[in-house]
Amino acid sequence: MAHTIRSHVAAPRNVQYSVRLPPFQSLVDDHAAELHRFLIACVGGDDAEDCLQETFLSAMRAYPRLRHADNLRAWLYLIAQRKATDLIRRRQRHPASDIDGVPDARLSIPPAGLPDDGLWGAVRRLPGKQRAALVHRFVFDLAYRDVAERMGVSEEAARQNVSAGLRRLRLEVSR
Amino acid sequence: MTDLEQRLAALPDGGPQLDLDRLQAELARRAARAGILDVAYARADSPLGTLTVFVTRRGVVRVAYENEPDDLLFEELAAVVSPRLLRDPGRTDAARREVEDYFEGRRRTFDLPIDWSLVHGFAVGVLQATARVPFGEVSSYGDVAAEAGSPRAARAAGNALASNPIPIVVPCHRILHADGGLGGYSGGLDRKRFLLRLEGTLPA
Repeated sequence: MAHTIRSHVAAPRNVQYSVRLPPFQSLVDDHAAELHRFLIACVGGDDAEDCLQETFLSAMRAYPRLRHADNLRAWLYLIAQRKATDLIRRRQRHPASDIDGVPDARLSIPPAGLPDDGLWGAVRRLPGKQRAALVHRFVFDLAYRDVAERMGVSEEAARQNVSAGLRRLRLEVSR
Repeated sequence: MTDLEQRLAALPDGGPQLDLDRLQAELARRAARAGILDVAYARADSPLGTLTVFVTRRGVVRVAYENEPDDLLFEELAAVVSPRLLRDPGRTDAARREVEDYFEGRRRTFDLPIDWSLVHGFAVGVLQATARVPFGEVSSYGDVAAEAGSPRAARAAGNALASNPIPIVVPCHRILHADGGLGGYSGGLDRKRFLLRLEGTLPA
């Protein structure tokens, strides 16, 4: 009974700022450039900046409710990963072309300067975690320990996401 | 490395450049419209050095001289007012313009709404009394203490004025010792003298 009652009681207002959160501007200053590059790899250059805007807006909306500030960078990467997935799903559901079942061509456009060999389209079709893990591991060339740190998961989970992502890519991409 | 891994690693470093100024402006605009931008700030040049001006939806909440270290200043705002704080020249424009006009001699009173969030207890009365002292006039620590309801609390009034979060706009430089002595100033006595000369209270 006590449980039921407690769950209906809102947290007191001053709990909001009991965590020492840095001013949000410092998150923008410290992480905008790396998140932008992450999003270029995830969704391509044309949409990266929009996705980054959405990432920061969502983060700012949730910011005062954060319970701890231990790994804000991983938190931002997670939001960016979700924003990328949202955008990709939107493109899959509502393609720019009118023909049903034809995926939006923008999904397969590789980041600037790279050949259109189907790889980046396949990367975008990956589940969000696998896509993020592959980008951290190979595009940013991070060790698994650092991939895990940026994703806010265990090193084991980071390895699993990378290998599952690679397996899936191999099935989809010729040679 | 397999071929696939190499192809993933081939993402060029350059890519499309992120326009940080555009990102910043757009983010502040959208956050404000969504009602989630709690504190906006910008720097303003002045004859007394670079000022940092913070505004909330309620008004000017903080003005800082450059002798205050940024990390402490921003931590204070984030902890006491809100961590949803962004650099935003647009939303601080009115405040910065009034301050600029004051220094150029075009303005004697500030029309800016004030957010007293950083002021507590006795200091509220002291600083509100201070805000009513007109341009070119002065008052004493004892007088503002009396106006705040405690005629004998001149020393406490001095403490309240020393921690005035909104110098210049809340003109704590107009409060002097009853004997005419200059008293103190958180921005340093040189700045206090400059402001009193600007207002014609001290001879230029």
